[in-house]
Amino acid sequence: MSTFWRNHRHWIAPTLFIMPGALLFGVVIILASAETIWVSFFDWDGVGEKQWVGLANYVQLLDDPQFHVSLKNNLIWLAMFMLAPPLGLALALLLNQPVRGMRVVKSLFFVPLVLASVTVGVVFTWVYDPTFGLLSLIFGYFGATAPALLSDEHLVTFAVVVAALWPQVAFCLVLFLAGLNNLSEDLIGAGRVDGARGWPMLIHVILPQLREVSFIALAVTVIGALRSFDMVAVMTSGGPFGSSTVLAYQMYEQSIFSYRFGYGAAIATVLFVIMAAFIAWYLRTLLKPEREGI
Amino acid sequence: MYPRPLAEDAPIRRFAYASMVVLILSLWLVPLMAVMATSLRSFEEVMAGNYWGWPKSFNFIENYTAVFTQTAMARYFLNSLIVTLPSVVGVLVLSTLTGYVLSRYRFRGANLMFALFVGGNFLPAQIMMIPVRDLMVSIGLYDTYYALIVFHVAFQTGFATLFMRNFIAALPDELFQAARAEGASPWQTLWHVVLPLIRPALAALAILTFTFVWNDFFWAIVLTQSDAVKPVTAGLNNLRGEWVSAWNLVAAATILVAIPPVVMFFLMQRHFIAGLTVGAVKG
Repeated sequence: MSTFWRNHRHWIAPTLFIMPGALLFGVVIILASAETIWVSFFDWDGVGEKQWVGLANYVQLLDDPQFHVSLKNNLIWLAMFMLAPPLGLALALLLNQPVRGMRVVKSLFFVPLVLASVTVGVVFTWVYDPTFGLLSLIFGYFGATAPALLSDEHLVTFAVVVAALWPQVAFCLVLFLAGLNNLSEDLIGAGRVDGARGWPMLIHVILPQLREVSFIALAVTVIGALRSFDMVAVMTSGGPFGSSTVLAYQMYEQSIFSYRFGYGAAIATVLFVIMAAFIAWYLRTLLKPEREGI
Repeated sequence: MYPRPLAEDAPIRRFAYASMVVLILSLWLVPLMAVMATSLRSFEEVMAGNYWGWPKSFNFIENYTAVFTQTAMARYFLNSLIVTLPSVVGVLVLSTLTGYVLSRYRFRGANLMFALFVGGNFLPAQIMMIPVRDLMVSIGLYDTYYALIVFHVAFQTGFATLFMRNFIAALPDELFQAARAEGASPWQTLWHVVLPLIRPALAALAILTFTFVWNDFFWAIVLTQSDAVKPVTAGLNNLRGEWVSAWNLVAAATILVAIPPVVMFFLMQRHFIAGLTVGAVKG
């Protein structure tokens, strides 16, 4: 036995090490995700027998006005979220000064990042409150009446995204501050000797050095925008009249509230396919240096 | 340094800069400060509609006591701790093992496995919702702490594996060669060589995982139902519906939900930032 162990431990031990994590992740995350795609070909109320319907759920999606609203809102999320990296960069440039007390100031700017999205949602629901909200106070100061953002079907998604941008900008700020700390002093010095300053300095000397960080900020922002669920659930529950749903929320609603698990699975699959493109793009860039490294 | 540091001998510019930063910071945190202020207001003040001004009276003890005695918040808070702490431990153990193997052993499918760990971590929660919920129902874990713990450990292991793998891969090769020359087993190498060196990584990972799990809302509403197991995030959302007009109490509850991650962040800020930027993959 002990010779067997000594002869084979070089592979038995690592196999035993990796098993718990790999099995758990493989079953609960990867297999479950694959199973959802399978479920999307069935009609299923979550309890009774599954009924094979082929592509019927997807055909139905094409004609579902609610699905179109969700898709459109996901696009709005994506487009507006693109503001987070430049805003984060702007804040990082503002805050990257060796001034006393700056450490505390930076940490205070980071706070929204560690708040639960439920907290952010609750906070912004109050900001937007049409009678007592901060917004109504500001509008009132100018003698105007604030729009009831969260009950206006044309404005509601924009209002929710603005709230979601708060932590997202903080996230990008963290990334860009780290990036600014790793700039090459030589390149900056050379730029300054050549008389570069202002925009040309930023665009030709600084930004190229921030490429990796910018890429990460962009990818994280895209994925964050597409994954949005919490803020919609907390602030509007998809309302008014389903005008603020996104794919993630519509999926949840269809499955949990309407017991249409097959249909919900189809929506989840569509969201997955859209995100898979971005995930693949991100993984390829992220893992490339690794592959060369080993 | 970029941008160019402000000149030491330009007090006016420095003052202008400081004022601008303070102004922007105040705007940035106005919503949060208002919630903090509201958590101190009396019920009468809330009824009178003062939400954004300076509190007329400070009811810190009354309001926070009321949250703990009149609402289920204390229960939710405890539930969150019961779910979060074991999840963090589980993630640290599993990801140290997976990260060690993936960084120090070459085997067929290693790259694929690593890509799955990393990629799976970006998946939208909804793509696994139905089967995970089903699984928990069928093995009798639905609406128990274990459902959340098992799921969070599984999911966070993806990100944590990336994190630990990169950290262990960056350790000097000589250490491992020396360990092998001494005839150390993989387990001894892990315990005596790797573990003492990865303490900072474990600290960073612990605080990140704590924050992610504590702040989770989606799985809290998908996998739990009863107040006896519901975490704070889902609890706060319920409370908001039940106590519509008692904004001072809901505000106090909101602050309570925010305290653990914010305190953790300030205590271990360096680790948190390092973790987030090294492994920057979280949405």
